[in-house]
Amino acid sequence: MEALFFNVDTGFLEGIVRGFRSGILNQNQYANLTQCETLEDFRTQLSATDYGNFLANEPLPISTSTISDKATQVLVDQFNYIRSNAVQPLSKFLDYITYSYMIDNIILLITGTLHERDTHELLERCHPLGTFDSMPALCVATNVEELYQTVIVETPLAPYFRDCLSAADLDDLNIEIIRNTVYKAYLEDFYHFSSSLGSPTSDVMHKILAFEADRRTINITINSFNTELSKEQRARLFPTIGRLWPAGNNALARADEIDQVRQACEMVADYRSFFGGGGGVDRGGDDLGIAAQLEDRFFQTEVQFNKEVFLQQFQYGVFYAYMKLKEQEIRNLTWIAECIAQDAKDRIQDFIPIF
Amino acid sequence: MIHGQGAAKQGPTTTPSTVFILSFDTLTHSMGYYYSYSYALPPTLLTLLLIYLIFTGRFDIGLFLQESNPYAWGATGIGLCIGLSVLGAGWGIFITGSSVLGGGVRSPRITTKNLISIIFCEVVAIYGVIIGIVYSGKLAYVPDDVLYTRSNYFTGFALFWGGLTVGVCNLLCGICVGVTGSTAALADAADPDLFVKILVVEVFGSILGLFGLIVGLLMTGNASDFQAAVTPVANIARSFASPFAY
Repeated sequence: MEALFFNVDTGFLEGIVRGFRSGILNQNQYANLTQCETLEDFRTQLSATDYGNFLANEPLPISTSTISDKATQVLVDQFNYIRSNAVQPLSKFLDYITYSYMIDNIILLITGTLHERDTHELLERCHPLGTFDSMPALCVATNVEELYQTVIVETPLAPYFRDCLSAADLDDLNIEIIRNTVYKAYLEDFYHFSSSLGSPTSDVMHKILAFEADRRTINITINSFNTELSKEQRARLFPTIGRLWPAGNNALARADEIDQVRQACEMVADYRSFFGGGGGVDRGGDDLGIAAQLEDRFFQTEVQFNKEVFLQQFQYGVFYAYMKLKEQEIRNLTWIAECIAQDAKDRIQDFIPIF
Repeated sequence: MIHGQGAAKQGPTTTPSTVFILSFDTLTHSMGYYYSYSYALPPTLLTLLLIYLIFTGRFDIGLFLQESNPYAWGATGIGLCIGLSVLGAGWGIFITGSSVLGGGVRSPRITTKNLISIIFCEVVAIYGVIIGIVYSGKLAYVPDDVLYTRSNYFTGFALFWGGLTVGVCNLLCGICVGVTGSTAALADAADPDLFVKILVVEVFGSILGLFGLIVGLLMTGNASDFQAAVTPVANIARSFASPFAY
């Protein structure tokens, strides 16, 4: 039934975002890019793709960070175009996409301030999609309470921070806990918001968000081994929406080593292959190797899930999936550019192809 | 017993926010039941009212059919026929049209080709117009006292139900063609090879409206135009057959 009324408000934008999707680099274009000898060749190759002349006005020794910034700017322009044409409830859905960037920016600024970095430099490094007016004020806060009262209470993120309000001073561990608590609240809120949009948006988004939640759960578990984070604190950081929840989350909360993580993930068929040796290059049996391999698998699965979103019409998931795929593409471009710049041709194929 | 111990072990890891979300879920579920009750309530009340009226003799279906003017049936049928058809066509066109516009921004080549989807939707309205014209040919002025004949009743009912058949068929056909047309446009934008394949689906969808048109024509095939009662005798007989029609 969603087909009956979806196109009244969103048909045009869905067509546009599917048009953008066709511009995502394909295997042939990646093959051409990886053949490049210099970054100038790289730029020439890119100008033949959907990116066009986005690097045309850059002075000649192009740095990889410039490429990344400019590519991000292209994505941001596209997003803003869609956002300014959107009406409810799509506009709210798009706002939800920006919240994750806002969380990252807030954490970046707090961490930077803690380590006494230059404010302007920090503000420049913030993701343009996650900017908000009172952002520079973040740099003066010293504890969470103050942070909340002065800045965050005015942003849409305020409800997410309510769970982690304490008078505790900001230190590295606390910031990490705040980041994960806030992200957990954000994911759960987004999950319930997409439920309110009804099928098929909810079906599609639940799958992606559940994966995102599980990925965070597993990462938190692995990263908290041998740290001062207690198991109870750890359990409190796990999002409650993933496919591992509740049994898998409980098992992960009690895990002490990577083998127990593997056992917890056995419960979900899709996650079984993450730990298996099949396919991927064996990077050594130690925990670090497994974690690195896991990260790659996560990215691959994310790309796979986001690609599948496009198979279903008349739903909002395509907007989210497009942003995620494009982000992966920017990471790929940066990786290839970095490999060219550092002349590390043997690892240039390690990016994650999309289409 | 074993399960109980397992649950007790898992106890401490359940956080306050988990509990909150569980209660939130139950809340939305109970709201869902509430909504489905509120949807079912008005039809139930209406049905009860109708049954009450029929069984207490305040409303009689047979009487209602005999008393109502055949023109009312015929004209309503024609109105439903063209109205529902245009609704279907318009619905289909906006579903397809907005996707063609959106998809056409990045790949302008699809716009001309996908006009055929718009035409398929438009055809649905044309079916309605054709049937509307054919049906209105049966309307002719008959004075009131020679109107209530069996033939005129038949024509009135045939026009009403024929018009409803054509209208509903075309409404659903229009939506069907609109949704497939929208998909065709986006598929064409992504991969030009897909256009012809999805167009076949769309063509079969658009034929559904034609079925409605054919059946609509057949339903009124035996209905003659509205005409006056032939003899005054028949006119008198009419008042016996339908003593409630004035």
